[in-house]
Amino acid sequence: MLCDNCKEREVEIHLTKVENDTKVTLHLCKQCAQQKGFETGESILKSPLGGFIQAMGKGGASVLPTAADGLRCAACGSTLRDFRESGRLGCAQCYESFETHLRDLLRRLHGSSQHVGERYGPPAGAGAADPRLELLDLKEQLRRAVENENFELAAELRDRIRVLE
Amino acid sequence: MIDLSLLPDGGIAWLDASGPKGNIVLSTRLRLARNLQGYVFSQRARDTDRTAVLERVSEASAASDRLAGAVTFRLDQLERLDRQLLHERHLVSKELASLDREARPRPGAALLVQGSVGVMVNEEDHLRLHGMRSGFALEEAYAEVEMVDADLGRLLPFAFHPEFGYLTSCPTNAGTGLRASVLIHLPGLVLTKEIGKVLQGLAQVGLTFRGLYGEGSEVVGNFFQLSNQTTLGKSEEELIDHLGKIVRQVIEYEEQARDVLLRTAPDEVADKTWRAYGLLKHARKLTFEEAMNLLSGVRLGVGLKMIPRLSVYTLNKLLIFTQPAHLAALEGCQPGDPELPVVRAAYVRRALETEAV
Repeated sequence: MLCDNCKEREVEIHLTKVENDTKVTLHLCKQCAQQKGFETGESILKSPLGGFIQAMGKGGASVLPTAADGLRCAACGSTLRDFRESGRLGCAQCYESFETHLRDLLRRLHGSSQHVGERYGPPAGAGAADPRLELLDLKEQLRRAVENENFELAAELRDRIRVLE
Repeated sequence: MIDLSLLPDGGIAWLDASGPKGNIVLSTRLRLARNLQGYVFSQRARDTDRTAVLERVSEASAASDRLAGAVTFRLDQLERLDRQLLHERHLVSKELASLDREARPRPGAALLVQGSVGVMVNEEDHLRLHGMRSGFALEEAYAEVEMVDADLGRLLPFAFHPEFGYLTSCPTNAGTGLRASVLIHLPGLVLTKEIGKVLQGLAQVGLTFRGLYGEGSEVVGNFFQLSNQTTLGKSEEELIDHLGKIVRQVIEYEEQARDVLLRTAPDEVADKTWRAYGLLKHARKLTFEEAMNLLSGVRLGVGLKMIPRLSVYTLNKLLIFTQPAHLAALEGCQPGDPELPVVRAAYVRRALETEAV
């Protein structure tokens, strides 16, 4: 099969994109794929998340945010660029500092950014035993659940909020 | 040298082949990644931060129900051979053991072990709680680790976010922080050349495979570690359940492949397995990789009941004790010793003689 773009070289990369809810599949040779800015196998493997991204079968292009590299976490001082280069965040606060970028990345990596597993209750005396704080936390969770269109979770949260109120 | 006899069963009870599907599935391993709130993640941390994290974890363990009395190994105070031993027993990662040439573990790098659960401290995340079980036993492995998690969580402030769940140094682990893996032996699928399809299928259902030592390790001796890829957006039970379903399917495929081999090429399979046995029993020099591949052939023969009176437990023990640091510790030499292949061959011969066929 010949490349959709140059119609000269053999196809090496099959790229599936979703545009306006329709699936578009492109068959490209290596050179044309690189020209179009899609990373190929070799370059993906060099990044720390490479193996993961490749195994996800989604192609590596634009998985990591590129803009706002200078964004800095106030708590630990690491920047978004540091994260892009090392694949590791500096501290827990980084999740707040780079929230929108990370939410996007988490959705791409895991298919969702909403945790639905075990919920953590901090040790007694750390403050969250206070029902007012719990209520605030639940309302924040509800807001996010609605935003993420996770209505099942939202209904459950709404019930818990009613009980507390 | 460290005294591994301090650990119940030397920390390798999971090798005893007593678990479900023990002849195909060697072991089940599960870990939860956790970080302490208020401390930068390990890789960005200064030595003093790392030491402080270890102190807090040690205090909490001592006060906990499940980890009180755990044995602590300070990796920064151990010789390289000892660190390699712990790694070969799958108790610490290669990174935490700092096994790259000339590397030294940083202060605060530690392992706590209590029965079949362990906690790596100051690895990529502050805490990596892990549990190992013999055979295919995902629920049991999770139940055990989950109790330690709950126990420590009452005493330590874990970094947790209402939307993103447990926060980890690498976002690939965020949410549940859970990675479950099943160490499985698939010679039937390899011999029938069906393995490629099976491994490809794994990626499509959100699973991944690795070699014997986990991330970044090569596949040797037809041993594969199958594990979940994603950690967020599904509950712990859903993740385990999904992995379990797929592993059961892979076991079924492997059993079918073995049936096909027995039906269509019984002489070839018997020849392969007995040749492997003969080589192990009589060879005078064996590299680790060769030993693994031959053990794989013999293991298939034992699974197909072609080689009687040889137990899976013996094969599992050989898998651990023919590794470089284990052999070196047993025989009083160094893991890099050029004589190691000779030592290995002698060790394998002795082990097989005590269980003569």
